Parts: sequence; structure tokens; C-alpha cells
Amino acid sequence: MKASMRVNGVERSADVEPRVLLVDFLRTNLALTGTHVGCDTTSCGACTVLLDGEPVKSCTLLAVQVDGRDIKTVEGLADGAALSPVQVGFHEEHGLQCGFCTPGRMLVGTALLEGNPDPTEEQIRWAISGNICRCTGYMNIVKAIQHAARLKQAAATAPSPAAVAAGGGE
Amino acid sequence: MLPAAFDYRAPTTLDEALGVLKERGDDAKILAGGMSLIPLLKLRFAQPALVLDIGRLPGLNRIAGQDGHLSIGALVRHVDVERNGDLAKQVPLMSEAVHWIADPLVRNRGTVVGSVCHADPAGDWGSVMLALGAELVARSASGERVIPVAGFFQDPFTTTLKPDEIVTEVRIPIPSGSSGGAYNKLERKVGDFATVAVAVQVEMNGGKVSRAGIGLTSVGATNIKATEAEKALAGREPTDEVIREAARLAAEAAQPKDDIRGSAAYKKDVVRVFVQRGLHTALSRAQEARS
Repeated sequence: MKASMRVNGVERSADVEPRVLLVDFLRTNLALTGTHVGCDTTSCGACTVLLDGEPVKSCTLLAVQVDGRDIKTVEGLADGAALSPVQVGFHEEHGLQCGFCTPGRMLVGTALLEGNPDPTEEQIRWAISGNICRCTGYMNIVKAIQHAARLKQAAATAPSPAAVAAGGGE
Repeated sequence: MLPAAFDYRAPTTLDEALGVLKERGDDAKILAGGMSLIPLLKLRFAQPALVLDIGRLPGLNRIAGQDGHLSIGALVRHVDVERNGDLAKQVPLMSEAVHWIADPLVRNRGTVVGSVCHADPAGDWGSVMLALGAELVARSASGERVIPVAGFFQDPFTTTLKPDEIVTEVRIPIPSGSSGGAYNKLERKVGDFATVAVAVQVEMNGGKVSRAGIGLTSVGATNIKATEAEKALAGREPTDEVIREAARLAAEAAQPKDDIRGSAAYKKDVVRVFVQRGLHTALSRAQEARS
């Protein structure tokens, strides 16, 4: 049957069996291989994507279940060559070692900062508690999300690039 | 992992869904959040001919108070409970318990009613609903019936629900003003199933316990209602001695098994400690609620 959804802002659809999981739809049908399969048993969070803005485990969803919904994967974070604040945070704070859990974790961080621009360390640790890092690099992951929060706050208070280009600003 | 092939239906009206179950209920599994069913399908522990996705049914995602009870629709997710400020005031036991369920990503999809109907003896909501004295509303093509959660669980993953029925809501009596609850859970890490967990709910009247509810998680073939312990509290002044006796009776009701999470003897003792601890917390909360 047909599964249609908006993935990273683009309408995508494919004819799939009902038993096809969302993560396989993304990786196989759409060739978006940034979403990883880790445990495949709803435990590790490597397959995390945003469903209508909320982080969910795409290994535990059928593609047909999210027909008509909005999906964001790691491929949708950057704007062209410009990395998103969370991506910059992971880069600057060395928030990854092997990188396997990183896509899912960046989406969790993105969703967290969307709803809570200034999270405490405890709130960050709570938000990422469904994502396992087997390199156990949690310290830098927390720092990466804190870094992203600072970037976003600075961007919110600074004059916009468009205003600067137009000779505005302070 | 790929589930075995199945037919998939995602009706948009309850009548249509009930019609499908009337025809094919024996071969069907109902899919709500899917946080338990989809792993079972992937592991091929479950191979239904039909998956009936109720995710598109309207009106089932509401939390609403009516006639002294709180109605939680079949599509209300754990995260909806977590975020609901009114519910935190009306039934604080639920708001405390929800943080212990799985992890934040699973809570974004999994549903309260789905969890109760899945009837995993390690499920948290089953014990909470037993402690609260909740009821389920089940609909089928031939009508509606109300099922008390006490008596609903028969065996692991087995309930008294009939193949043609859908649980549309769980109804929770809103506890009186001088009431309190507590959920204590021992788990090895976030997202693990409980080694042991205990839900308690007490209502007080004139210095005495007017109603006590105690539900036990992960210590038997189902969530267990600790009936004898509840009786030992009802109508009594909750002295330390009465609480100790209730905790002893609850531990007696538990039927845990040795496994990687602990020995049966250890788990029984954790039940005793958690009932005692939970009652002390619940009673002090009931005291605060009154003042």
C-alpha cells in the first residue's frame, strides 16, 4: 500500500508492504541512511527521528502508520552548508566518538531546545535518557547541547544577518 | 527485523473498527502506540493476520473529568499524562508513575490504555490502575461494557477482553481531597523493566484510612492487587504497626521468580519495603492535601 509523508520538508511516497518499518522506509526507499539501526528492539534510540516535531523511535513505527505526517531526519538539520546550532555544538564540544548514536541524539537535542531554549543539565540528561551511547561519551554530549542552547540564545538576541546586510543593527 | 506479513486497516470511525473486529477479531491485533506490539511483531512472537490501527479514530485522545471520574481515552499517550497539569492535581499518583515508564521517546508514542490492555506483568500502569480502583470501557459491535481493572488481568499478556472488543477509555475515580499516592520502582537503568514496583493510594477520613489500594509490578504472572494488605488498612488508624502488617501481607501476595534482576526472596523483601515506604509517603501527602 502507499505511504506518503513529508520528509525534511519534501513530500515523499512509496508503495510498501504494511509491515515495512519507518526506519527501513527512510533508509531503503528514500536512501536517507543517516537514520541508524542500532538495537532494533526499541532500546537504544539510534533510529530516532522527529514525528511532527517529537522524537520517536523509527524502528518501532510502521511506515503506513505515519502516512500524512511530518518527519525530520538528521539530513534535514543543516540548511545547505550551514550546520544547525545542535550540529555546531556536537562539532565544537566533541559530542561524538564513533558517531553511531549521534544522528538520533542531535534530533533529541533539537526537539528539546525547540520547547525549552534554556534547559538545565538535569533536563538535558532526562531528554537524552532514551538514547544510548556505547562509547559512554555523555559528558561531551551534554556540553554539546548546552553549547547549542547558547548559540540559539545568542542568535535570538543578535540582529539578523538580513538586517546587518541592509545596514541595520546597532 | 521485519514482521511477518499482515493485512493492515486504519479505520477513521469507531463503528468501522468495530465492524472489522466483528468479522476478524480472532485473527487481529489492535495497534495504538505500538510500543509493545511492534517489537512483538518484529520478534515474531505475535503473527496476527490483521493489524487494526486505531490511531486515526477521532475523539480518543482526550483526558476529561466527568461525574467524579477522570476519563482517559484509548489514544492518550504517556507524554500527554506527563504534560497534563490538571491531572497532576487530580490524580498525582499517575503523574508520579509516568516518569518511570520506559524512556522519553517511548513515552511520546505509547498509550496508557494500550499498556493496560497489553497486560505485561512488568507494566507500570496496571498496578497504578489497581491502586486507583479504575475501570475500563470496552466497546464492540454489540454494545458497551465496563470492566473493573481488578479481575481484568488473567495471565501474562492475557485479559478478559473479548476478540471483538476495543477498550475506548479507562475511568479513574477522582480521589477525595484527603488522599495521597506513591509509586516506587526499582529498575537497573532507564527503560528497563521493573525489578519490582509498587503503587499505593490511600484516602483518609477522620484520622482513619477509608480506602487503600495497592498494586504490585513484576512480581507475578500479572499486576497483582494486594487485597489482604488493603483490608488490613481499611477502617484503621495507620499506625506504624498497621503499616508494617500491611507491608508484610503485600509481600506474601507477591509471587516473584528468580531472574537476572534478583532472587525471588529479594524481590519479596523489596515489595515489603516499597509498600511501607509508599504508604508513609502517601499518608503524608494525604495529610498535606487536607491542610
